[in-house]
Amino acid sequence: MSDDLGLWSVLLAVIGGAIRVSTPFLFVSLGETITERSGRINLGLEGILVFGAMSAYGTAVLTNSPWAGVAVAALSGAAFGLLHGFVCRLPRVNDVAVGIALMLFGSGLAFFLGKPFIQPSAPPLPAIPLGFWSSLPQVRAALQVNVLFLAGAFLSLVLWWAFRNTKAGLIVRVVGDSADAARAMGYDVDRVRLYATATGGALAGIGGAYLSLSYPGSWNEGVSSGQGLMAVALVIFARWNPLACFGAALLFGGAGALGPALQSVGVSQGYYLYYAAPYVLTLALLIATSSPDRALAGAPGELSLSK
Amino acid sequence: MVAEAALSELSAAPARPSRGLQVRAWLARRSEAVAIPVAAAVTGFLLFGIFLAAQGKSPVQLAELVWRGGFGSAFALGNSLQRAAPLLFAALCVALPARLGLVVIGGEGAIVLGGLAAAAAAQPLAILPAPLAIPLMACAALLAGAVWIGAVGWLQAYRGVNATISSLLLSYIAIAIATHLIEGPLRDPTSLNKPSTLPVGEAFMLGPMPGLGVHWGLGCGVIACLVAYVLMDRTTLGFAARMAGGNVRAAQIQGLPVGRLIVGFTALGGAFAALAGFFEVAAVQGTANGTLAAGYGYTGILVAFLARQNPIAIVPVAFLLGGIEASSGLIQRRMQLPDATVLVLEGLLFLVVLASETLYGRFKLFSPHLWAAKRETAPTPTPSVTA
Repeated sequence: MSDDLGLWSVLLAVIGGAIRVSTPFLFVSLGETITERSGRINLGLEGILVFGAMSAYGTAVLTNSPWAGVAVAALSGAAFGLLHGFVCRLPRVNDVAVGIALMLFGSGLAFFLGKPFIQPSAPPLPAIPLGFWSSLPQVRAALQVNVLFLAGAFLSLVLWWAFRNTKAGLIVRVVGDSADAARAMGYDVDRVRLYATATGGALAGIGGAYLSLSYPGSWNEGVSSGQGLMAVALVIFARWNPLACFGAALLFGGAGALGPALQSVGVSQGYYLYYAAPYVLTLALLIATSSPDRALAGAPGELSLSK
Repeated sequence: MVAEAALSELSAAPARPSRGLQVRAWLARRSEAVAIPVAAAVTGFLLFGIFLAAQGKSPVQLAELVWRGGFGSAFALGNSLQRAAPLLFAALCVALPARLGLVVIGGEGAIVLGGLAAAAAAQPLAILPAPLAIPLMACAALLAGAVWIGAVGWLQAYRGVNATISSLLLSYIAIAIATHLIEGPLRDPTSLNKPSTLPVGEAFMLGPMPGLGVHWGLGCGVIACLVAYVLMDRTTLGFAARMAGGNVRAAQIQGLPVGRLIVGFTALGGAFAALAGFFEVAAVQGTANGTLAAGYGYTGILVAFLARQNPIAIVPVAFLLGGIEASSGLIQRRMQLPDATVLVLEGLLFLVVLASETLYGRFKLFSPHLWAAKRETAPTPTPSVTA
């Protein structure tokens, strides 16, 4: 029986990996969706992700509570988002460049302050064993679903609904589609973007908390492999739609799990190339979905990325 | 007599200030371009000092160590210049596309591929004499970098793919390809602990520049910056590129080949970045290995932005950051600070300098009009024709 599992085990590992690996993608991309829907792009979410991972881990070590870690990661992420929002509201400051600076600053600060937390181990976030019905250990391992993954899935549904049906969602969309129209309606464009960037930062921070407290589940300087940036590309692929973000995050997670899954069944040829799979996938999707002549369908009108 | 005076006044009238005033106006404009970044950098250092003081470390000691480790002695200077060399090339990879309005942040990939291409080319070229083979190695590197970053430009111009994101993705892909080749097909079987390609050989290694003790990458980097400056600011091609960067519609209406300009200048930037990899292989490491991805590409982004994408300004900024990075080891040992200290400082500098963009044109002191018009307006009232 276990011999028959050959290729199936790869598939199972990819599915399990997709669930495990996709959570940070999901949170960062939902956060970036909120920010970009308000008409600003924050490339610094990569730095916020790393800082979130560090602050969550450090807090969990000190307080012995992973949830306190998640809360601190969200708060620190919001603080970085506020910083981005404040700097970008100055006239003539480029939001893409500020994002790159924040990427550097956030990860630098995380490595600096996180040095003492590399050794100790923190309590992990709880997981729900959804594979209880199966007797196969591989299935059980694949379906150890973390609470944050479910929370992220629920959040994408809520955001999808909120963008359509709530006043706050509409205000964010108006600000992102036409700053002039929003001003004419009496909304403070900069303030809405500030809050949207801060919310996006908080979600990215939670994504970081997942990295250090669940999977891979430790804090070191290589904890993120560019998920924060890939999530920005993912948002474009998902057309700024929170529900599509969920699907795209699963896809990216699966691509990321391909390398380790193949290695576990003994495929060692081109090992490093499989690790590039998520990047190749992102790029291929971007090329396939972009067009030089028109703005992307569903793109917020004020976004510097699509202008 | 009177007629002559009237004539000279007439010819001077259409708002053309005298030579001295022109120089003063030029100086006012230039001093703004120097004063604001310098003030921003000083602010960044001060903020970092406050950060250190909050950690219970002495900012004064840090400044002293940076001076000692980066600039204070001949050895330290040589070390800083050695680190500045790849930064020059990496910064050009950001600055050239930036003039066309593209933010390219994937120079690291071009550096790695350039180094790898040079090392790989050295093997079949081994039959040639060094003066012939070394330039060919450099060409292999140039080609790899030009294709890689040129692809970023092509994707932006003809497929509408954002250059910032595609360049970063391509840089991750480049590093994966390079790791695959260095650990696999191109691996030197004798390199056990540190997988590397076959060494390029003593004969193909570049010596130091005479009298400096720093490899030729530094000299070539400075020359590359000068070439880039002339190209950008003194040629029609550069003017066309800047125009395309300023207003794509206007450039297209003028009939400029915007797409080809974007591809050309990104390819040139990539070729420069690849030279950094070439010199790392041919002047420092002797083989291509994992140390090629040492982060020069990312520091280069910072250098380019601190220099405000001006190729001449890249030279001093690269020297400054090379010095700061060279003193990193000393700071770690003496002050028991983590190696990320330099990263925090760089991030702070980056943020403050970007925020200072908002200050340009805000100070009357730097206004060319103030200086050019000071005495001009009083004797010659503005002719109504120009209005």
